[in-house]
Amino acid sequence: MRRLGGFYLLAVAVAALPFIFPDNYFVTVVGVSAGLHAILAVSLNLLMGYAGQISLGHAAFFGMGAYTSAILTTRYGWNPWPTILVGLAFTGVIAYIVARPILKLKGHYLAMATLGLGIIVHIVIVQMGWLTGGPDGLGSIPTLSLFGWTVDTDLRWYAVIGTLLMLVIWLALNLIDSRSGRALRALHGSEVAAEMMGIDTAATKTGVFVLAALIASLAGSVFAHQQAFVSPGSFDFFFSIELVTMVVLGGMASTYGAVLGAIILTFLPELLVVFEDYEVMIFGAILMGMMIFLPQGLFIGFQDLLRKFTHRRAVTKKEESSHGVA
Amino acid sequence: MALLDVKDLTISFGGVTAIADLHFEVPESQVYAVIGPNGAGKTTLFNMLSGIYKPNEGSIKFQGKEIVGRMPHQVAEMGVSRTFQNLQMFFNMSVLDNVKVGCHLRTRSPIWSAALRLPSILKEERQAQAWAREALIFCGLEAYIDQPADSLPYGVLKRVEIARALAAQPKLLLMDEPAAGLNDTETVEMRNLIRRLSETGISVLLVEHNMGLVMQVSDRILVIDYGSRLAEGLPEEIQNNPKVIEAYLGGEVQYAV
Repeated sequence: MRRLGGFYLLAVAVAALPFIFPDNYFVTVVGVSAGLHAILAVSLNLLMGYAGQISLGHAAFFGMGAYTSAILTTRYGWNPWPTILVGLAFTGVIAYIVARPILKLKGHYLAMATLGLGIIVHIVIVQMGWLTGGPDGLGSIPTLSLFGWTVDTDLRWYAVIGTLLMLVIWLALNLIDSRSGRALRALHGSEVAAEMMGIDTAATKTGVFVLAALIASLAGSVFAHQQAFVSPGSFDFFFSIELVTMVVLGGMASTYGAVLGAIILTFLPELLVVFEDYEVMIFGAILMGMMIFLPQGLFIGFQDLLRKFTHRRAVTKKEESSHGVA
Repeated sequence: MALLDVKDLTISFGGVTAIADLHFEVPESQVYAVIGPNGAGKTTLFNMLSGIYKPNEGSIKFQGKEIVGRMPHQVAEMGVSRTFQNLQMFFNMSVLDNVKVGCHLRTRSPIWSAALRLPSILKEERQAQAWAREALIFCGLEAYIDQPADSLPYGVLKRVEIARALAAQPKLLLMDEPAAGLNDTETVEMRNLIRRLSETGISVLLVEHNMGLVMQVSDRILVIDYGSRLAEGLPEEIQNNPKVIEAYLGGEVQYAV
């Protein structure tokens, strides 16, 4: 199957990494973090890359999932599994309520409104200390376990999050290549033409906004159980911006691009630690350079380069062979 | 009963009346042209017919059902499709996917069955693919099927828009200046395409500045000027109507004639 070729390749790579590098910090610790970021980037990419609706507040939904799980398990002693579902329901309802008024806005105005949403959620988390633990956060969140299999090692978390990531990528790929996915892309291309083709653009925007929020909430719940600790800093404005950067860096409107962007933005700071004080400067310079030379994003940019390269080789080969005949 | 029945249509923008008291009827399976000088209100009329603008007064009945008050996607559901004066392509998609969007109303699968790729999806995808191909071939675009939309020349894109509208199987197709910006060869192709369209039983409402094209393809013509109805009739009646000649050529020229 050509459609899912890249998917199988990625699945094999994700499954093989811990065997090739057993007990490697970059695979089981940074890798898990990259996996969570990739899930978030893929969900944001559905909204931003495909449907063309910018959101500077995606971390808010990630936070809603994380705090729902954290609060229900630590303060009320719930089992972790139902808290994930409650998180999904809570985030879904909030996203649905804010979607209609927010998504009437376009461009910069939509960016400002989603930015406001992100900041409000962050402030609520910080201020409602009696429930959320305030700036100190909430600790001792229990880990997940299923039929006696407890997810209590880095490697097991890698397996759980790797599986979840592949599931989310699979859903996103299926969605994009369907009637609903075309409606999303049409919305991005021309809203008025999409309407005239019978697409209810308001409902479609709401739908993709809620879907992206639900995936983020799921990632948030998993994040809370994996870290066993949540604090407001993980869900602030800067994290929303980081998610947007992942999507743009990897390549808008490309699911693999979003994954690549998430992996790079997670690993780069780890690798740049050797530069100590200059880490942030080098990080910024790399981002600027990438955007200047590969403005379509890394994934699509590299694809184009590769195509040009193979095309040129094919052409020169043809010329060579034709010269040979002459 | 007329397919489209427009009565007492009026719309104004901030005190400027763009369309005043307009009435006309489009019979079934005909090419009906709306002409008029620049700024006469033709595109405004189209935007009301497709639900984008809401008129201040009047009614637009399509097959006896009221269009006024419906959203554009609901108007599309009734069987009205359109093309645009300034291209409204989905430049982020291939030609085939552009036209597949046209099949939106003919397919039904919900978002969750698409995400899980249930077997019903595969069948529907194949069906949409076949419909889209059919529409593309009808418009003579088989050579461009797999190309990205942003790589194609203007004249081709004009026809892709028509194919996209056709894929929705409309009863009425609104065409806003299909020949604008086309060269002579492309204009002849467009004329033939409009003729073949009406032969399939689709009614066409045409706004166009190319008078040669309008006179050749239209069954009836409505002339509007300053938002009001100036004349209506068969092409030869319109050509010889002194009021129309005056509107187009200016009052003084009439004395010279």
